[in-house]
Amino acid sequence: MDLLYPVTPTHYLVLSAVLFGIGVAGVLSRRNVFIALMSLELMLNAVNLSFVTFSRINGDLTGHVFVLFVVAVAAAEACVGLAIVIALFRLKETVDLDLFKSLKG
Amino acid sequence: MLEAVVFYILAGVLVAMGLMVITRTNPIASALSMVVAFVALAGLYATLSASLLAIIQILVYAGGIMVLMIFVIMLLNLHPEDLKPMRARAGAVSLAILAVLGFVLGPIFLKVFPSGQWKMATLFPDFGSIFTVGEKIFSDYLFPFEVLSLLLLAAVVGALVLSKRKL
Repeated sequence: MDLLYPVTPTHYLVLSAVLFGIGVAGVLSRRNVFIALMSLELMLNAVNLSFVTFSRINGDLTGHVFVLFVVAVAAAEACVGLAIVIALFRLKETVDLDLFKSLKG
Repeated sequence: MLEAVVFYILAGVLVAMGLMVITRTNPIASALSMVVAFVALAGLYATLSASLLAIIQILVYAGGIMVLMIFVIMLLNLHPEDLKPMRARAGAVSLAILAVLGFVLGPIFLKVFPSGQWKMATLFPDFGSIFTVGEKIFSDYLFPFEVLSLLLLAAVVGALVLSKRKL
Protein backbone atom coordinates (compact mmCIF):
# COMPACT_ATOMS: atom_id res chain seq x y z
CA MET A 1 0.00 0.00 0.00
CA ASP A 2 2.89 2.31 0.79
CA LEU A 3 4.17 1.85 -2.72
CA LEU A 4 0.82 2.50 -4.31
CA TYR A 5 -1.05 5.17 -2.46
CA PRO A 6 0.46 8.63 -2.59
CA VAL A 7 0.91 9.02 -6.34
CA THR A 8 4.43 10.38 -6.85
CA PRO A 9 6.37 11.31 -10.01
CA THR A 10 7.91 7.85 -9.83
CA HIS A 11 4.54 6.28 -10.59
CA TYR A 12 4.33 8.30 -13.76
CA LEU A 13 7.87 7.24 -14.70
CA VAL A 14 7.05 3.54 -14.11
CA LEU A 15 3.95 3.94 -16.27
CA SER A 16 6.10 5.54 -18.94
CA ALA A 17 8.58 2.62 -18.78
CA VAL A 18 5.74 0.10 -19.11
CA LEU A 19 4.28 1.97 -22.08
CA PHE A 20 7.70 2.07 -23.74
CA GLY A 21 8.02 -1.68 -23.12
CA ILE A 22 4.66 -2.31 -24.78
CA GLY A 23 5.88 -0.34 -27.78
CA VAL A 24 9.11 -2.34 -28.00
CA ALA A 25 7.16 -5.60 -27.67
CA GLY A 26 4.90 -4.52 -30.51
CA VAL A 27 7.76 -3.65 -32.86
CA LEU A 28 9.55 -6.91 -32.06
CA SER A 29 6.64 -9.27 -32.35
CA ARG A 30 4.32 -7.87 -35.03
CA ARG A 31 4.98 -8.07 -38.77
CA ASN A 32 2.08 -5.89 -39.85
CA VAL A 33 3.63 -2.60 -40.89
CA PHE A 34 0.75 -0.51 -39.52
CA ILE A 35 0.96 -2.07 -36.08
CA ALA A 36 4.74 -1.62 -36.09
CA LEU A 37 4.24 2.09 -36.89
CA MET A 38 1.63 2.40 -34.12
CA SER A 39 4.00 0.75 -31.65
CA LEU A 40 6.60 3.36 -32.60
CA GLU A 41 4.06 6.06 -31.79
CA LEU A 42 3.46 4.36 -28.42
CA MET A 43 7.18 4.59 -27.65
CA LEU A 44 7.26 8.29 -28.58
CA ASN A 45 4.29 8.88 -26.29
CA ALA A 46 5.97 7.05 -23.43
CA VAL A 47 8.91 9.43 -23.76
CA ASN A 48 6.52 12.38 -23.87
CA LEU A 49 4.99 11.24 -20.59
CA SER A 50 8.45 11.25 -19.00
CA PHE A 51 9.11 14.74 -20.36
CA VAL A 52 5.88 16.07 -18.88
CA THR A 53 6.57 14.36 -15.55
CA PHE A 54 10.04 15.85 -15.22
CA SER A 55 8.64 19.20 -16.27
CA ARG A 56 6.13 18.91 -13.43
CA ILE A 57 8.83 17.88 -10.92
CA ASN A 58 11.01 20.86 -11.73
CA GLY A 59 8.23 23.35 -12.41
CA ASP A 60 9.94 24.20 -15.71
CA LEU A 61 8.13 24.45 -19.02
CA THR A 62 11.02 23.28 -21.22
CA GLY A 63 9.67 19.72 -21.16
CA HIS A 64 6.34 20.91 -22.52
CA VAL A 65 8.08 22.66 -25.41
CA PHE A 66 10.00 19.48 -26.18
CA VAL A 67 6.80 17.45 -26.14
CA LEU A 68 5.30 19.83 -28.68
CA PHE A 69 8.38 19.35 -30.88
CA VAL A 70 8.19 15.57 -30.51
CA VAL A 71 4.51 15.62 -31.51
CA ALA A 72 5.36 17.64 -34.62
CA VAL A 73 8.20 15.27 -35.55
CA ALA A 74 5.89 12.28 -34.95
CA ALA A 75 3.35 13.79 -37.31
CA ALA A 76 6.04 14.23 -39.97
CA GLU A 77 7.26 10.67 -39.38
CA ALA A 78 3.75 9.21 -39.66
CA CYS A 79 3.07 11.07 -42.87
CA VAL A 80 6.31 10.03 -44.59
CA GLY A 81 6.06 6.48 -43.18
CA LEU A 82 2.54 5.99 -44.49
CA ALA A 83 3.55 7.36 -47.90
CA ILE A 84 6.34 4.76 -47.99
CA VAL A 85 3.84 2.04 -46.99
CA ILE A 86 1.53 3.04 -49.84
CA ALA A 87 4.40 3.03 -52.36
CA LEU A 88 5.55 -0.39 -51.09
CA PHE A 89 2.03 -1.78 -51.20
CA ARG A 90 1.74 -0.77 -54.87
CA LEU A 91 4.96 -2.63 -55.57
CA LYS A 92 4.53 -5.78 -53.45
CA GLU A 93 0.78 -6.00 -52.71
CA THR A 94 1.46 -6.79 -49.07
CA VAL A 95 1.96 -5.06 -45.71
CA ASP A 96 4.05 -7.86 -44.18
CA LEU A 97 7.39 -6.49 -42.96
CA ASP A 98 9.09 -9.86 -43.54
CA LEU A 99 8.41 -9.62 -47.28
CA PHE A 100 10.10 -6.21 -47.64
CA LYS A 101 13.60 -7.58 -48.03
CA SER A 102 14.88 -6.30 -51.38
CA LEU A 103 17.83 -4.59 -49.68
CA LYS A 104 18.84 -7.71 -47.75
CA GLY A 105 22.24 -8.97 -48.87
CA MET B 1 -7.26 10.22 -2.71
CA LEU B 2 -9.23 11.36 -5.74
CA GLU B 3 -5.98 12.09 -7.56
CA ALA B 4 -4.78 8.52 -6.98
CA VAL B 5 -8.10 7.05 -8.19
CA VAL B 6 -7.96 9.14 -11.36
CA PHE B 7 -4.31 8.20 -11.94
CA TYR B 8 -4.94 4.47 -11.58
CA ILE B 9 -8.02 4.51 -13.80
CA LEU B 10 -6.19 6.42 -16.54
CA ALA B 11 -3.04 4.29 -16.21
CA GLY B 12 -5.12 1.10 -16.36
CA VAL B 13 -6.92 2.24 -19.50
CA LEU B 14 -3.62 3.34 -21.06
CA VAL B 15 -1.82 0.03 -20.42
CA ALA B 16 -4.84 -2.09 -21.41
CA MET B 17 -5.28 -0.19 -24.67
CA GLY B 18 -1.53 -0.32 -25.34
CA LEU B 19 -1.69 -4.10 -25.03
CA MET B 20 -4.74 -4.14 -27.32
CA VAL B 21 -2.73 -2.19 -29.93
CA ILE B 22 -0.01 -4.82 -30.11
CA THR B 23 -2.21 -7.94 -29.81
CA ARG B 24 -5.09 -7.31 -32.25
CA THR B 25 -4.90 -8.98 -35.66
CA ASN B 26 -6.90 -6.31 -37.44
CA PRO B 27 -5.00 -3.00 -37.74
CA ILE B 28 -8.27 -1.02 -37.55
CA ALA B 29 -8.96 -2.47 -34.11
CA SER B 30 -5.40 -1.53 -33.09
CA ALA B 31 -5.83 2.01 -34.39
CA LEU B 32 -9.09 2.52 -32.49
CA SER B 33 -7.52 1.18 -29.26
CA MET B 34 -4.67 3.59 -29.89
CA VAL B 35 -7.12 6.52 -30.02
CA VAL B 36 -8.53 5.50 -26.61
CA ALA B 37 -4.97 5.15 -25.26
CA PHE B 38 -4.18 8.69 -26.44
CA VAL B 39 -7.28 10.07 -24.73
CA ALA B 40 -6.18 8.38 -21.48
CA LEU B 41 -2.69 9.84 -21.94
CA ALA B 42 -4.23 13.28 -22.44
CA GLY B 43 -5.98 12.79 -19.11
CA LEU B 44 -2.65 11.94 -17.48
CA TYR B 45 -1.14 15.13 -18.93
CA ALA B 46 -4.03 17.03 -17.40
CA THR B 47 -3.30 15.51 -13.97
CA LEU B 48 0.28 16.78 -14.41
CA SER B 49 -1.20 20.26 -15.03
CA ALA B 50 -0.15 20.29 -18.68
CA SER B 51 -3.46 21.58 -20.00
CA LEU B 52 -2.18 22.73 -23.40
CA LEU B 53 -0.48 19.39 -24.05
CA ALA B 54 -3.62 17.47 -23.06
CA ILE B 55 -5.57 19.31 -25.74
CA ILE B 56 -2.76 19.05 -28.32
CA GLN B 57 -2.53 15.30 -27.62
CA ILE B 58 -6.18 14.80 -28.55
CA LEU B 59 -6.17 17.30 -31.44
CA VAL B 60 -2.97 16.22 -33.14
CA TYR B 61 -2.60 12.56 -32.19
CA ALA B 62 -6.15 11.25 -31.90
CA GLY B 63 -7.57 13.74 -34.39
CA GLY B 64 -4.75 13.98 -36.90
CA ILE B 65 -2.20 11.19 -36.90
CA MET B 66 -4.57 8.33 -36.08
CA VAL B 67 -7.17 9.52 -38.60
CA LEU B 68 -4.44 9.61 -41.24
CA MET B 69 -3.43 6.09 -40.26
CA ILE B 70 -7.02 4.78 -40.39
CA PHE B 71 -7.47 6.42 -43.79
CA VAL B 72 -4.41 4.65 -45.16
CA ILE B 73 -5.41 1.28 -43.65
CA MET B 74 -8.82 1.55 -45.30
CA LEU B 75 -7.34 2.85 -48.56
CA LEU B 76 -5.12 -0.21 -48.99
CA ASN B 77 -8.12 -2.56 -48.78
CA LEU B 78 -6.30 -5.47 -47.12
CA HIS B 79 -7.57 -9.01 -47.54
CA PRO B 80 -8.17 -11.04 -44.38
CA GLU B 81 -5.39 -13.46 -45.41
CA ASP B 82 -2.91 -10.54 -45.41
CA LEU B 83 -3.50 -10.05 -41.70
CA LYS B 84 -1.32 -12.27 -39.60
CA PRO B 85 -1.80 -12.60 -35.84
CA MET B 86 1.02 -12.02 -33.39
CA ARG B 87 3.77 -14.59 -33.83
CA ALA B 88 3.52 -16.82 -30.79
CA ARG B 89 7.19 -17.10 -29.84
CA ALA B 90 8.11 -13.47 -30.53
CA GLY B 91 5.00 -12.40 -28.67
CA ALA B 92 5.90 -14.50 -25.65
CA VAL B 93 9.48 -13.22 -25.59
CA SER B 94 8.51 -9.58 -25.91
CA LEU B 95 5.77 -9.87 -23.31
CA ALA B 96 8.35 -11.45 -20.98
CA ILE B 97 10.60 -8.42 -21.54
CA LEU B 98 7.60 -6.24 -20.77
CA ALA B 99 6.83 -8.16 -17.58
CA VAL B 100 10.45 -7.73 -16.46
CA LEU B 101 10.20 -4.01 -17.16
CA GLY B 102 6.91 -3.62 -15.34
CA PHE B 103 7.16 -5.98 -12.40
CA VAL B 104 10.90 -5.92 -11.65
CA LEU B 105 12.02 -2.47 -12.75
CA GLY B 106 8.83 -0.82 -11.48
CA PRO B 107 9.19 -1.80 -7.81
CA ILE B 108 12.93 -1.05 -8.01
CA PHE B 109 12.12 2.44 -9.27
CA LEU B 110 9.61 2.88 -6.49
CA LYS B 111 12.16 1.75 -3.88
CA VAL B 112 15.09 3.77 -5.21
CA PHE B 113 13.06 6.93 -5.67
CA PRO B 114 10.61 6.80 -2.76
CA SER B 115 7.81 9.27 -2.36
CA GLY B 116 9.90 11.83 -0.51
CA GLN B 117 12.76 11.90 -3.01
CA TRP B 118 11.09 13.78 -5.83
CA LYS B 119 8.66 16.40 -4.78
CA MET B 120 6.29 18.00 -7.23
CA ALA B 121 7.45 21.61 -7.44
CA THR B 122 5.15 24.43 -6.39
CA LEU B 123 3.93 25.81 -9.66
CA PHE B 124 3.69 29.38 -10.78
CA PRO B 125 0.17 30.40 -11.82
CA ASP B 126 -0.83 29.40 -15.36
CA PHE B 127 1.77 26.61 -15.50
CA GLY B 128 1.28 24.70 -18.73
CA SER B 129 -1.34 27.04 -20.15
CA ILE B 130 -1.17 28.19 -23.75
CA PHE B 131 0.16 31.62 -22.68
CA THR B 132 3.13 30.40 -20.68
CA VAL B 133 4.11 27.60 -23.08
CA GLY B 134 3.75 29.97 -26.03
CA GLU B 135 5.95 32.52 -24.30
CA LYS B 136 8.61 29.85 -23.79
CA ILE B 137 8.47 28.73 -27.43
CA PHE B 138 8.66 32.22 -28.86
CA SER B 139 11.48 33.38 -26.59
CA ASP B 140 13.94 30.57 -25.81
CA TYR B 141 13.02 28.11 -28.56
CA LEU B 142 12.22 30.38 -31.47
CA PHE B 143 14.90 28.99 -33.79
CA PRO B 144 14.08 25.28 -33.27
CA PHE B 145 10.43 26.20 -33.76
CA GLU B 146 11.19 27.76 -37.13
CA VAL B 147 13.35 24.80 -38.14
CA LEU B 148 10.42 22.56 -37.28
CA SER B 149 8.27 24.34 -39.85
CA LEU B 150 10.93 23.52 -42.43
CA LEU B 151 10.86 19.86 -41.34
CA LEU B 152 7.09 19.71 -41.72
CA LEU B 153 7.32 21.27 -45.18
CA ALA B 154 9.95 18.69 -46.17
CA ALA B 155 7.72 15.89 -44.82
CA VAL B 156 4.72 17.10 -46.81
CA VAL B 157 6.72 17.37 -50.04
CA GLY B 158 8.40 14.02 -49.34
CA ALA B 159 5.10 12.26 -48.73
CA LEU B 160 3.69 13.67 -51.97
CA VAL B 161 6.75 12.62 -53.99
CA LEU B 162 6.73 9.12 -52.47
CA SER B 163 3.06 8.38 -52.95
CA LYS B 164 2.48 9.88 -56.39
CA ARG B 165 2.47 7.34 -59.20
CA LYS B 166 3.91 9.67 -61.78
CA LEU B 167 5.46 13.06 -61.13
